[in-house]
Amino acid sequence: MPTIKDKAAIVGIGVTDFSKDSKRTQIHLACECILAAIKEAGLKVEDIDGMVKHTGDGADECRILRSIGGRNLNYYGECRYGTGGSSSLVLRAVMGVAAGVANNVVVYWTANDSSKRVELTYHVGMYMLSTSEAEQLSFYPPVGLITPEGQIGLIIRRYMHEFGVKDNQFGWVPVVCRENAAKNPAAIFYKQPITIDDYLKSDMIVDPIRALDCHTKIDGGMAMVVTTAERAKSLKQKPVYIMAAAQSAVQGVEMMTSYNRPVISGLPETSNVGKELFRVAGVTPKDINVAQIDDSYAPLVPMQLEELGFCKRGEGPAFCDKGSNIRLGGKLPLNTSGGSLGEGYLYNMNHIVEAVRQMRGTAVNQVKNAELALVSGGAGGPASGLILRR
Amino acid sequence: MAVEYFKGIPLIRPLIDLDNQGFWEAVKNHKLVIQRCKDCGTYVHPPRPCCPNCNSFKKVWAPASGKGEIYSYVNITYEKVGYPGMMCPHAVVLVELEEGTRLITNVVDMKPEDIYIGMPVEVVFEDIAPDLTLYKFKKSKGVKAKKGKR
Amino acid sequence: MIPVPPPHTMPLPVTHFDNIGFWQGVKNHGLVIQKCQGCGAFRHPPRPMCPKCRSLKYEWAPSTGKGKVYSWVTYRQSPHPGFKAPYTVVLVELEEGVRVVSSLTDYPPEKIRIGMPVQVTF
Repeated sequence: MPTIKDKAAIVGIGVTDFSKDSKRTQIHLACECILAAIKEAGLKVEDIDGMVKHTGDGADECRILRSIGGRNLNYYGECRYGTGGSSSLVLRAVMGVAAGVANNVVVYWTANDSSKRVELTYHVGMYMLSTSEAEQLSFYPPVGLITPEGQIGLIIRRYMHEFGVKDNQFGWVPVVCRENAAKNPAAIFYKQPITIDDYLKSDMIVDPIRALDCHTKIDGGMAMVVTTAERAKSLKQKPVYIMAAAQSAVQGVEMMTSYNRPVISGLPETSNVGKELFRVAGVTPKDINVAQIDDSYAPLVPMQLEELGFCKRGEGPAFCDKGSNIRLGGKLPLNTSGGSLGEGYLYNMNHIVEAVRQMRGTAVNQVKNAELALVSGGAGGPASGLILRR
Repeated sequence: MAVEYFKGIPLIRPLIDLDNQGFWEAVKNHKLVIQRCKDCGTYVHPPRPCCPNCNSFKKVWAPASGKGEIYSYVNITYEKVGYPGMMCPHAVVLVELEEGTRLITNVVDMKPEDIYIGMPVEVVFEDIAPDLTLYKFKKSKGVKAKKGKR
Repeated sequence: MIPVPPPHTMPLPVTHFDNIGFWQGVKNHGLVIQKCQGCGAFRHPPRPMCPKCRSLKYEWAPSTGKGKVYSWVTYRQSPHPGFKAPYTVVLVELEEGVRVVSSLTDYPPEKIRIGMPVQVTF
């Protein structure tokens, strides 16, 4: 049965700065990062015939087309569900080029989450009326379960209960992410590492989630250009091949609030994504040299490592303990640019961009001789992921 | 006659953001401006972050002559499809300015039936509320407006 | 004890055709759970179709209102002006097998244990 393995490659990346206030509109950020990605790929604006975006992204593809003077889009589409959306978008792009519907597809994501200068699309206006959200809005906010920290907290509490996790064991993930971010000039927490004591002293936002467990919202945008593996060979940058891309939603899934499954202390979507990625790529977890794991909330990282098969069920926190396995030089370096905890929260897009840089050999915190990178996003809801190779 | 509004029904305000702020500030001061690319001179409307012609992010608010011609128009006669704050009948027109860009607007001092495509117009400004000034157009006499670089 | 904020600042449930029966039950101080008329399975949150047998027929069956704490979180920083922190949100597994999200009244957060028995109040 045919798969998408190695059919497409990422050939250009473009980013804006990450800041607390971009002082620009989302459409402006989109134009910046998309034009940068097209230029980096050695392509022209007219070469772009596909664009995929997040459903709630205020910078819609038609407005971008009008602004950058693009010619024609034969392929456009969108995906939802937060951090589970970004790798899903890459899957969309791969399908577009692999099926011959488009030649060069731009994948982008913009956010003004910090300055809150957020532009709404009509989708987002209707987002609140979608049946999934109406369900959530009906039962959770009236009792005070309003924010994602609380929503995911119920799941993480259950995990802690079933596997006897001690309070500080989750803290090594933020420590390592901030360590990596401290060396990354593009990160929001550049030169600001933290220690495990800082973590333990940090405020509880929603017991059991601490302030340092939470991602940092930023303003910024990132884009990449995806094309066929064939075409990639003749372009400017060294191609980064997409060995596998997958997404998953499993029965009983809700966005951050899947409380009605028999067991809620796991991430079945991530598990499915992992199985699919390794099946399509034909590799195993042992072959992965560097991983970019969704760290929107730190406790979700060890949970994902278990689901993806990097360690056994229940052993995630121990795997991350003291940080020796997950920091640079360790068994499985994670979130080498700082991730959502250290670099900034762009819905896992920055994880994908960092994975591309690792494969190109141009990352700030480069893992030596890295050949395969894995990206995992969407922990706690519909999930997605990628395996990239150089 | 001018477009008439129902008292007590607030009109929708334009959505002002960082990219179009300059345009609306000028309108408030009774001036019509068009975004113009600093590098290649292309006029861009509606305002956009970068130039669709050369992709430069450098731009200026160039003063517009205010003259143009009717490119297209509709006459809203049925209240249910019109905007609740405006009395029917009223016409909504698409004006093509001398500079080549187009504006959606209203025509004042004219019956909708008298509007025709190609009619020369020039801009006027209406202070509808303390926080709402709109550009409108009136029929102009004399030479038909010529097309500019788009 | 959850301090009760003024009603107009509380987020109100979004009710629609599929879940109105639940909220009417709550209004009348009775907990009801959606029950499939095809196979008898309980489900929550309410949905138009049964995921087990795909029947579109359902009824609102009264619940005993008893259950156990399955998980909980305590908001130490209030996310919304209508809620005064600290307050606890619990996920309760009812006797019927479904789980509901609710608040825990009159109980200190330090003493909450997963598995502790609880009873609905209104």
